[in-house]
Amino acid sequence: MDTYYHPPDLAKFGDIGKDAPELWKKFQEWYGAVFAEGALTEREKALIALAVSHAVQCPYCIDAYTSGSLEKGATPAQMTEAVHVAAAIRGGAALVHGVQMRNHLDKISM
Amino acid sequence: MALPTLLNSRSPLAAPAAQRELLAALPLARSFEEAVATAQTPPLAAASVDVLQVNLGKRCNQACHHCHVDAGPDRREVMPDAVVDACLGVLARSGIQTLDITGGAPEMHPRFRDLVIKARRLGRRVIDRCNLTITTLPNYSDLPRFLAAQRVEVIASLPSYAASMTDRQRGAGVFEQSIAALREFNTFGYGVEGSGLVLNLVTNPVGAFLPAAQAALERDWKRELQRQHGLVFNQLFTITNMPISRYLEWLEHSGNLAAYMDKLVQAFNPAAVPGVMCRNTLSVGWDGRLFDCDFNQMLDLPLVHAAPQSILDLTDDAALARVVTRPIVTGPHCFGCTAGAGSSCGGATV
Repeated sequence: MDTYYHPPDLAKFGDIGKDAPELWKKFQEWYGAVFAEGALTEREKALIALAVSHAVQCPYCIDAYTSGSLEKGATPAQMTEAVHVAAAIRGGAALVHGVQMRNHLDKISM
Repeated sequence: MALPTLLNSRSPLAAPAAQRELLAALPLARSFEEAVATAQTPPLAAASVDVLQVNLGKRCNQACHHCHVDAGPDRREVMPDAVVDACLGVLARSGIQTLDITGGAPEMHPRFRDLVIKARRLGRRVIDRCNLTITTLPNYSDLPRFLAAQRVEVIASLPSYAASMTDRQRGAGVFEQSIAALREFNTFGYGVEGSGLVLNLVTNPVGAFLPAAQAALERDWKRELQRQHGLVFNQLFTITNMPISRYLEWLEHSGNLAAYMDKLVQAFNPAAVPGVMCRNTLSVGWDGRLFDCDFNQMLDLPLVHAAPQSILDLTDDAALARVVTRPIVTGPHCFGCTAGAGSSCGGATV
């Protein structure tokens, strides 16, 4: 069955550098630096990435950072809480726009 | 309730040859030998024999999902007396300083205590690779006392400080029994600072992924085992799961085999090569046959032809010298020991 997302395509990520190798190289260097241990640990960064993967709903990223979080020593409980954080922000983001709805409702109502 | 072994469930993968064929058929990006050569590392060869790792047999009170030995309660292979005596003879005649006893659950072997006592009398360092739950069985409840009296180092398996993760890999209820066993070891001074009684833990991933950084996990394990259970230990060793036996069967059955092997190949780390255990270890099978490591033993990959093939053949210095300088027999499974931070019986190698 045809689908836009194929799990094996994750391994082809590097193909995006074929016609723009310098940009791909810069991205890789920057990406590597972002995920290196710094003020945050590698594990904390992997959990943030896992949460963001859910917020942006990237199936490649979800697979990659499920494995990645485990390989940085995160537990399934920590990973599940990270996903809840993403979900809470997404849910909260929808709900807080209700203020805009209230504002407009007030404006156009008698 | 222990899981059935591959042998008992008549799985084709119970045969080492079938495991080798399955691994050989995988379309890997490169062979292990090519990876070593590309890294401009010399072909693997032994550098010394510091450790005699003796597998006393496949009998075990547990049957864990990932077991590369396919050990379990239904296995009957146990090391004969003549082979146990030959191991002691080699220890007595050679400069090999460490006896590393494994299985199965090696403590179930009738000669286990005799082997420990005699090796200690020879002044050798002795390691017991303990599954912990064995000490909760009635006939083995005095093991911690015995091991402490003999000053044996204990390397114990505990894949996770989370009960659910440990039980998923090792069987329902194993975590609680393991905690009780660790408490008993602590009571005798194991893992307690200043006691000199070494208690190291081993964790291997509960699934198809690589272990996390050993030092970071050790901090977590120490904090959580202390906080949740008041337990102490010395070091945590991270060990990569090897694509052998029951773990190989699980990889294939769960559809993870190709991706896991690709992960190991992609994560090949030349810096991990010098510390692999085959370079300073000689592995003895329950029947006395010699191997470069416990993994080659389970895949039935004996030492190179030019080297002695059995512990019974190591009767003089010349025979031992041929073992010390042997080339190592390698295969796709060797990527397991060289991925990421490396993996050995003593944990990460980098």
